[in-house]
Amino acid sequence: MKIASKENSAVKMVKEALEKAKKYESYNIFVSLNEENALRKAEEIDAKIAKGEPVGRLAGVPYALKDNFLSREGNTTASVKILAPFKSPITSTVVRKLEDEGAIMIGRTNMDAFAHGSSTENSYFGPTKNSKDTERVAGGSSGGSAVAVALDIVEFATGSDTGGSIRQPASFNGVYGFKPTYGTVSRYGVVAMASSTDCMGFFTKNTDDMDLLMEIASGQDPYDMTTLPDYYSTTEPKAAKKIGVIKEFDNDAVNPEIREALKAKTEFLKSKGYEIVELSMPTLKYALAVYYIVVPAEVASNLSRYDGIRYGYRSEEAKDLSEIFAKSRNDGFMPENKRRVMIGNFVLSSGFYDAYYLKAQKARTKIIEEYNKAFSEVDYILTPVAPNPAFKLGEKVNDPVAMYLEDVMSVPINLAGVPSLAVPAGETKAGLPIGLQIVGPRRSDKNLINFAKELEEK
Amino acid sequence: MKYYPTIGIECHVQLNTKTKLFSEVDNDARNKEPNSCVSPVDYALPGMLPRLNGEAIKLAIRAGRAMNCEINASSRFDRKHYFYPDSPKGYQITQFYHPIIGEGYVELPSGAKVRIEHAHLEGDAGKLTHFDTYSLVDLNRVDTPLIEIVTMPDIHSAKDAHDYCKALWRLMCYAGVTNGDLYNGNMRFDVNTSLAPEGSTELGTRTEVKNLNSFRSVERAVEYEIKRQSKLLDAGEKVIQETRGWNDATGETTGQRSKEEAKDYRYMPEPDIPPINLSKEFIDTESAKLPMMPKDYQEKFKGVIADDILEILLDYAPLMQKLAEVKNVKRVSNWFASVLLAEEKSAEYLNDLPTAMQLDDLAEMVEKNELSSTGAKDVFLKFFDPQMGKRDAKTIAKEMNLLQENDLGALEAIVDAVLANPATAQAQADYKAGQEKVLGFLVGQVMKESKGKANPGAVSEILKKKLSK
Repeated sequence: MKIASKENSAVKMVKEALEKAKKYESYNIFVSLNEENALRKAEEIDAKIAKGEPVGRLAGVPYALKDNFLSREGNTTASVKILAPFKSPITSTVVRKLEDEGAIMIGRTNMDAFAHGSSTENSYFGPTKNSKDTERVAGGSSGGSAVAVALDIVEFATGSDTGGSIRQPASFNGVYGFKPTYGTVSRYGVVAMASSTDCMGFFTKNTDDMDLLMEIASGQDPYDMTTLPDYYSTTEPKAAKKIGVIKEFDNDAVNPEIREALKAKTEFLKSKGYEIVELSMPTLKYALAVYYIVVPAEVASNLSRYDGIRYGYRSEEAKDLSEIFAKSRNDGFMPENKRRVMIGNFVLSSGFYDAYYLKAQKARTKIIEEYNKAFSEVDYILTPVAPNPAFKLGEKVNDPVAMYLEDVMSVPINLAGVPSLAVPAGETKAGLPIGLQIVGPRRSDKNLINFAKELEEK
Repeated sequence: MKYYPTIGIECHVQLNTKTKLFSEVDNDARNKEPNSCVSPVDYALPGMLPRLNGEAIKLAIRAGRAMNCEINASSRFDRKHYFYPDSPKGYQITQFYHPIIGEGYVELPSGAKVRIEHAHLEGDAGKLTHFDTYSLVDLNRVDTPLIEIVTMPDIHSAKDAHDYCKALWRLMCYAGVTNGDLYNGNMRFDVNTSLAPEGSTELGTRTEVKNLNSFRSVERAVEYEIKRQSKLLDAGEKVIQETRGWNDATGETTGQRSKEEAKDYRYMPEPDIPPINLSKEFIDTESAKLPMMPKDYQEKFKGVIADDILEILLDYAPLMQKLAEVKNVKRVSNWFASVLLAEEKSAEYLNDLPTAMQLDDLAEMVEKNELSSTGAKDVFLKFFDPQMGKRDAKTIAKEMNLLQENDLGALEAIVDAVLANPATAQAQADYKAGQEKVLGFLVGQVMKESKGKANPGAVSEILKKKLSK
């Protein structure tokens, strides 16, 4: 990406980005624009450049911020009513690191409320439209961020990926989307969805930008005890030889055009001398069930703090304490939020814990072991991101299980905590983007991003 | 019918760490404005994550060792969910499945041992103050580190319940893990009591009296529960398993919440805090930091300090620690017992005790007859005077004009003056006639004349010599 310089003013870049954001208003990409702050910051950077002072690695680069990242600029709503009035006094670690390098946030992007969803239709602010077909969903939960990059409004956008929330919208819109190894990028200051699977990452237009952003955003954070010691920048380069494909993912439930796209890429890799290995990973079929026990449990727990007492929306009709809790949450949450809170509280309730949560955790361990085994045989695994390309708006919104099934190929990766990069892999005949994902072993993030170049057909 | 009571006690101990369990704000909210010691983590802003305070782990190890407990090399935190404004996160971070402190025991004065089942680390809740139509929330106490200590059902009388709580309180104070201020809730007791017919091997249905903050209230609550439950059982009725509150004014317990209404806390492993894995070296190093315990002092001072005085002084860990530093334990312990503890402000004084050197110098002056024992007590109190406290014993005695007159020549002159005074003539005659007890009157006159500086022993000798002539 181009950073600000004497020839390329930050103000010009930011103005262009803001103009485009307005031009595409009908896509409902942004929850709010950060016009005033963005222009002021751009002027500051231009002034520095004029004086010959040093500027950061992202100087003047306009970016879009998923609306669950805390920042002091504007409200942090997570696209949910209960947080609609919330102004954060805190800046998340990711935002701080980006802004220390001079990146300029031009707006906050729409998402499924609290990141619960696969289509951005669960937003309090209405759905975001697909960049290629406005009849279709943007994917989710980071739909706004994916479309903002796909429509070239910004150079990059942040996302959070709990079960595919970066990779799936990236694949629905034909851009790169990276979910790092769990613990590589700090979760501090991001509205928590499911603590044990939440990963912060980015949408970009190419792998070099992704690598640069990971250089900047990764690293151990004293404010997040689950972050790993720094490793990203010091990764030893490792050339890949063997690429795995998963037998169980090659079935009739997957759109034939996506199967063809995967086949074409493996053939291409073969032609470049890579060995393609068919892996059997039978445990992955339990991943969706495990995910929809573990994640709702953590969701129910993490959403307990939204009680209408200290900040955010509070029901005006509440007459006593229990009504403040009940009415504020009932009005303030979207239906999908409530669904997950209900499931989560059910699986954690006394007498059910062992049967659901504990068993799911045991199955999760098996899934992790299965990935470990796979990566003892291959360097990376190549799979589709989702079984289908972008579906129609409203098509699945009333059928939660059909919606959850769209996550079947993305959630095992979050349960295992391994990194995965969604890469564009052509289009369907109808012109809808197809995305594949490259999955690697834990801490292989940097090599994985570099390997993605091998898939590019010049 | 006769019943055999069985009692188990859970105790919450607030740890005196500098900062809170999961954030960097001040853990000491004494004399601070409500909601002034609250971090974004304690306040549960979105996206905030707990940062475990390593100091709390160290204190937990020490507390565990004070109770002869195993320290678990691996422990972790869990979330306990409930909605209430005193819990901003909507859950308490505690250790439900894998506590840091394992089995151990606390010894009672009777020699009986109360086994500790386990003890775990957790964050405290905030404080609510209720008014007619509203309640106020103070989050200063949120995530103050606590250890909750759970006994086995090893206690069988109200007195032993009292003694256990007191013994535990002493252990925690000596270990230095808590400020131990019961009045301000630094230690709070929940007492489970059940009755079974004498000789029965099965336990009866228990009730839990929550939030007792004195040993006396623990004892009274148990006495009340034994009486109440006996009456029910005698009448053929059943004891309901429930939580009961204690009313200190009426001396009664009242039902609050039965088992059927009990909350489901939906425990879940805390995903934001990785498991705590402690090396043997770390545990050993921290265990070695455990200071002398009450039992060690009892052994050390046996025969030096009278048993009854020792028992009183043992309630004050700083006094014991000071006594271990001084040479003249007997005299200093007497000052502590008779002077310091009689003072209304004794608790305040404890925080700023005189140095061992000040105390030893003072004791030596008494031994050398340079100071009367009354004078010594006056000097001792001046050690706590902000103006004079830092000075040595001799300087203070001089300034207070308390140094004893041991110069025999000077004393003789005063004695002569007193004997020459016609007001003492009758007493002199009486003494010579064999009434020896009037000597005290004459000594008193000399002391008065010397303005208290004369050494009464020496005066007495001089008087005897002069009057026998």
